[in-house]
Amino acid sequence: MKEAVITVKNLVKKFGSFVANDNLTFEVYKGEIFGFLGANGAGKTTAIRILSGLLKPTSGEVTVAGFDASHRPEMIKKHIGYMCQRFSLYEDLTVKENIMLYGGIYGLDTVTIRQKTNDLLERLRFSGYADRVIAGLPLGLRQKLAFAVAVIHEPEIVFLDEPTGGVDPVTRRQFWEMIYETAARGITVFVTTHYMDEAEYCDRVSVMSEGRIVALDTPENLKKQYNAESIEEVFIRIARPEKAMID
Amino acid sequence: MKRFLGFVKKEFLHIFRDYRTLIILFGIPAAQILIFGFVVSTDIKDAGLAILDLSKDETTRKISGKIYSSGFFRNTGTLNGYNDIGQVFRQGRTKAVLIFESGFGDKLIKEGRATVSIVADGSEPNVATLVSNYASAIISDFNREMNLSLLSSSPVVQPEVRMYFNPSLKSHFMFVPGVITLIMILICALMTSVTITREKEFGTMEVLLVSPLRPIQIILGKVTPYFLLSFINIITILVLSWLVFGLPVKGSLVLLLLETMLYIMMSLTLGILISTVSKTMQQAIFISAIGLLLPTILLSGFIFPIENMPKIYDYVSSIMPPRYFIVIIKNIMIKGTGFQFVWKETLVIALMTILFTVISVKKFSLRLQQ
Repeated sequence: MKEAVITVKNLVKKFGSFVANDNLTFEVYKGEIFGFLGANGAGKTTAIRILSGLLKPTSGEVTVAGFDASHRPEMIKKHIGYMCQRFSLYEDLTVKENIMLYGGIYGLDTVTIRQKTNDLLERLRFSGYADRVIAGLPLGLRQKLAFAVAVIHEPEIVFLDEPTGGVDPVTRRQFWEMIYETAARGITVFVTTHYMDEAEYCDRVSVMSEGRIVALDTPENLKKQYNAESIEEVFIRIARPEKAMID
Repeated sequence: MKRFLGFVKKEFLHIFRDYRTLIILFGIPAAQILIFGFVVSTDIKDAGLAILDLSKDETTRKISGKIYSSGFFRNTGTLNGYNDIGQVFRQGRTKAVLIFESGFGDKLIKEGRATVSIVADGSEPNVATLVSNYASAIISDFNREMNLSLLSSSPVVQPEVRMYFNPSLKSHFMFVPGVITLIMILICALMTSVTITREKEFGTMEVLLVSPLRPIQIILGKVTPYFLLSFINIITILVLSWLVFGLPVKGSLVLLLLETMLYIMMSLTLGILISTVSKTMQQAIFISAIGLLLPTILLSGFIFPIENMPKIYDYVSSIMPPRYFIVIIKNIMIKGTGFQFVWKETLVIALMTILFTVISVKKFSLRLQQ
C-alpha cells in the first residue's frame, strides 16, 4: 500500500469570479517524482501555492505532510522544501553563507548545519567554491546548489517550480540525477516543468488545463491511452488542443 | 528566534558587502550635513560692497570704515559717479553700493539729517535683502553712537533686538535639524523599500514566504539592521554637527534619541509601504527619492516657513511626517523644551507609523492572495 503525502480532495480556488483551480482531486505518494504539467495560466502556480501553504483553498480538503492546508499552513511550511526557477540563492553571499542561512531558516542547529554544509560541498564537489559568492558561479552550479539547499532540512516533500529553466541539457541531466537520488532517499518530489522530455522521467504525470486536471497517470499509460509516441504529443492533444503554448 | 537572527545576520552581510549601500547609509548623511552647513549658509560674510562718496568728508569716511571693518563686507571699489553703479553690479562681485549724498557731513551737523542710499543687486533677492539689512544695521549703530556722543537732547526710542535661542542667527541652527529630518526619512524609506523589492525581483521573497519564517519575521528581519544603522547614523550626525558647527543639544539627549527612534521607525514603515506598492527596485527608488525628497525640502518647513504658504500647501504639508519631526527636533535641540511641548507632534508621528504598518500588512496579504 502506497503512503500518500499529499492528499487533495475537491480543491477549489477562486479569485473573485475567476476559478483558478476547479475541483482538483489527486494524491501524491511518498518517495515518488510527481510531474505537474500544464500550459501557462492553467492553474499550476495557484495549486502549488496552496500545497505549500501560501494560499488558502476556497473549498475542499488539502493535506500536505499530514497537515491541513486551510488551518495549519505554518506546519506545512516546516515540512516542505521549495525551489523556483527565478533564482533562490543570494548572489552577494558565498556558497557557505547561503547554505548556513537556509539551514538556519529551517531551524537546524549549528552543529547539524556545519555537518550538512560539509557533506553537501563534498557531494556536489563544491568544496573549492565554498567561499565564493554566488554571483560568479555558472547557472548550472547555482541551480544544483539551490536544489541541495531546498532539501537541506530533509523535508517530506520538495516542490520544484520549473527548476531547470534556462539550463543547458548536460546540467539538466545532472539535475535530474539529483532528483532521483533525492526521491530514493524517500523525499517526495513535486515538479513542474515546461520540458516534455523531463516529464518522461517522472513516476507519474498530471496535466492541468483551464483549472482542471485532465489526465493523471504514469507516462507509459498516458502514451498508450492517447496513442502517442511522447508525452509532448499527449500534452499537445489534451492541454489546450487549439492553442498549445509550450516553450 | 534563531531563524530570525540568522536572517538578520544575512541582512547585515548584504549591507556590509555592498559598498554602495554603505556609502548611502553613512557617507551621504555626513556629506549632507557638511554641505548644507557650510554651503547653504544664509549668513553674510565678506559680501562685496562699493561706495559712491559724493561728499568725501570725515563722517562718510568714518561710516565707510565702520562698514568695512565689520567683517560682513569687503571693499570692491570706490565709484566716481552714478554711471558706475550699473557697471560694478554687472561685474558681479559687488552686491551693494552705498551712496553718500554730497555735503553729507555738513548737512548732518547743520540740518540734523543726511541721506545715505543703499543700492543692492536685486537679481539675487535673498542676498540683496540680507546685505541691505546688514548695512542698515551698521548705519543705525553709527547713529546711536553719534547721538550718545552728542548727548542729543531729543529723546529717541531705540529698539534693541535680541534673537532668543540663536543670538547670532546662525543658519546651522536651521539646517542641521532640517538635514537630519530629510536624511533620515530618505535613507530609511529608500533602503527598506529597495531591500524588500530586491527580494521580490530576484525571486528570493517567494522562497522566504514558503519557508517557516513568518511574514512579520521577514519584514522585521529586513528592517532591524537598518534601524540599528540609522540610529548609529543619527549619533554620528549629532556629534559631527556639534564638533563642526558647535551646535549643542539644549534639551534632553535621551528624549531626542527616543523621538529620533520613533521617526526612524516611521520612515522604515513608510519604506515597507513603498515596497508593497512597487514591483521593481527602480520604482521603489523613484518613489522614495522623488516622492520624498522634494516635498520634504519644499513643504516640511525645512527651508520655507509653512506660515507663509498658501492654505492649500499648508494642508498638503500636514500629511508630511517631516513637518512634525522638524518641530520636535528644533524644539529639543535648539529651544531645549521638554516632552510637554512636543507630545502632539510625537503623537502624529506615532499614528502615522501605525497607519503605515496597517496599510502595509493589508497590502502584503492582499498581494499574497493573488
